[in-house]
Amino acid sequence: MQLFRSHVLVCGGTGCTSSNSEDLIIELNKSLEKNELDKEIKIVQTGCFGLCEEGPIMVVYPEGTMYCKVDVKDIEEIVQEHLLKGRIVSRLLEQRNAVAEGEYAIEKSGFFKKQLRVALRNCGIINPELIDEYIAFNGYKALGKALTEMTPMDVIKTVKNSGLRGRGGGGFPTGTKWGFAAQQDNEQKYVCCNADEGDPGAFMDRSVLEGDPHSIIEAMAIAGYAIGANYGFIYVRAEYPIAVKRLQIAIDQAKEYGLLGDNILDTGFKFDLEIRLGAGAFVCGEETALMTSIEGKRGEPRVRPPFPAVKGLWQKPTILNNVETLANIPVIMLKGSEWFASMGTEKSKGTKVFAVGGKINNTGLVEIPMGTTLREVIYDIGGGIPDGKKFKAAQTGGPSGGCIPASHIDTPIDYETLIELGAMMGSGGLIVMDEDTCMVDIAKFFLEFTVDESCGKCNPCRLGTRRMMEILDKITKGKGKMSDIDELETLARDIKASSLCALGQTAPNPVLSTLRYFRDEYEAHIRDHKCPAGYCKSLLAYAVIEDKCISCGKCAKNCPVSAISGSKKEKIPFVIDQDICIKCNVCFEKCPVDAITK
Amino acid sequence: MKTLAELEEIRKKTFDEIGMRTNTDSIRVVVGMATCGIAAGAREVMNAFVSEIQKRDIHDVNVSATGCVGVCRLEPLVDVIDKNGKKVTYVNMTPERAAKVVLEHLANGKICLDYTLKEEK
Repeated sequence: MQLFRSHVLVCGGTGCTSSNSEDLIIELNKSLEKNELDKEIKIVQTGCFGLCEEGPIMVVYPEGTMYCKVDVKDIEEIVQEHLLKGRIVSRLLEQRNAVAEGEYAIEKSGFFKKQLRVALRNCGIINPELIDEYIAFNGYKALGKALTEMTPMDVIKTVKNSGLRGRGGGGFPTGTKWGFAAQQDNEQKYVCCNADEGDPGAFMDRSVLEGDPHSIIEAMAIAGYAIGANYGFIYVRAEYPIAVKRLQIAIDQAKEYGLLGDNILDTGFKFDLEIRLGAGAFVCGEETALMTSIEGKRGEPRVRPPFPAVKGLWQKPTILNNVETLANIPVIMLKGSEWFASMGTEKSKGTKVFAVGGKINNTGLVEIPMGTTLREVIYDIGGGIPDGKKFKAAQTGGPSGGCIPASHIDTPIDYETLIELGAMMGSGGLIVMDEDTCMVDIAKFFLEFTVDESCGKCNPCRLGTRRMMEILDKITKGKGKMSDIDELETLARDIKASSLCALGQTAPNPVLSTLRYFRDEYEAHIRDHKCPAGYCKSLLAYAVIEDKCISCGKCAKNCPVSAISGSKKEKIPFVIDQDICIKCNVCFEKCPVDAITK
Repeated sequence: MKTLAELEEIRKKTFDEIGMRTNTDSIRVVVGMATCGIAAGAREVMNAFVSEIQKRDIHDVNVSATGCVGVCRLEPLVDVIDKNGKKVTYVNMTPERAAKVVLEHLANGKICLDYTLKEEK
């Protein structure tokens, strides 16, 4: 084995791959060879580092230097300067979260400092396509420990005592779920992994699968041992090609090492698993719909009880855990339940991964201890709102969740506090909104999503969400009535009460929570025909303030439909022809003296 | 099929290779790799450190490059920095001297005084 003095880690997550990180690897290989460094320096393709905004990301060890937005033409300089001569290429360092002078290790940067990586422990550190690298960081040790030192009951007790709860959104105690399945007397049981991540903007599970697929395999084998199952399914959407590919490689390697299959680690325990690809229907993230889909039928939910732990896949006892939940299991086995329970709040233990997006500087993936405040996530880790705009609200739980307004920014994030605020943990999408975001429009956006994704089995969800969306559409066009708000609330209540599955039960949440915190915006749309955020086009009328206009002509020059007239030479203030204006906002953005109103 | 013992072996072996990615606090061997250093043979010195460290099965040591410190006539220069930040500078290094530093200093904790900077007469 060749010892390399330096490792260059290049992010191979979906985000960085789409910004051409694979070309960087090709160029690096060429350059290293050219400079005769290929025997000294190793290139490693890893999973997501989390700072997707700044991708493609490259980290050089042993220094831990993180380079951002690296371009193919930067490679030669990095090789010549840093890898050959040890001089850091400072212009490519992460600027916004700059660390103290002389400190280049990524752990010290603002983005990483407040994070605590448990589920993401190996993401961005190991090569997910090499089982040995997973093993190097104690991989499959937890499975070994469970099989040789613990009884199935011990395993379940450890998970129970750790306080781990379902990270897919429900928050059901994982150990209790396993306990139910273990009690079932049945020779065939199943372990399923829910990787059907569907919330708009959420990509936590994808990142774990791409960056650390073995942790899921190991956890599923442990779960199988605990409940007495010998077969598992990973249900992952076909839109995650990199995740699917790495998962398959991982499964093949695990089989080759005998960590899946018969007589695992010479203990007589047998466990095998396979991947099932979903076609991307949101409803298939619901547990009963997911299992129906695995069985090869149309993915529709069914009535519970019986719960899957009693009658799941093919009527056999089945447990279904989310990817992030499973990613925590091996660490809990190795470090113990007390260690895990020492993190987080009273009822929400451990950490949570969030995919932070929207109006935020550091779009990306963060893992924080439960109980961290929203302010810390947005300002300390997320780097604040772009262009100095004001924070308005954050949406958690995607289309099933709700918003947390600026007034509650200091709320510690855990399952209970989010429910109290009318939002929910959800799977971990966190969409940040600034002052320019219209809350009625946001509610409409999420409703459009659920209307599309409703499977159609229950009338209240299929028809009710559509009616709600139509009302919201009317309101954003200035055609609403005050009674529409009552109508929305009635519909919301009925849909929640009479839908079979969580999709329908939670679909009205975005409307209810925006009504709770931003009712005045709804009223402004209806009563005053105004969109306070200046977003809803039908309610805007762009005009030039005559006194402020300096007749520079920038608005007219940039107007795509020539709706603005005036004269620069004769200093005649410009005017906008309302009949031609398409409300594209360009004049508003271009005016140097803020003379345009909307 | 692998046994637990075999897994442990893979773990140790691979960790030696990739452990540097989590451990930025280990002993550092820093080789001056500016133009002057490279011209004086710093590349060979650096490679000697890496292969000797591997041969002696020493852990917790990172080898990295740095720029020119200004005393080009004494190149190749090598700093060995311990976990507390205490630094020993070796001058006029060769691959043979590197092997000795690995054995004496890194493995046995004895500084090779002969190779350090002497007071100028």
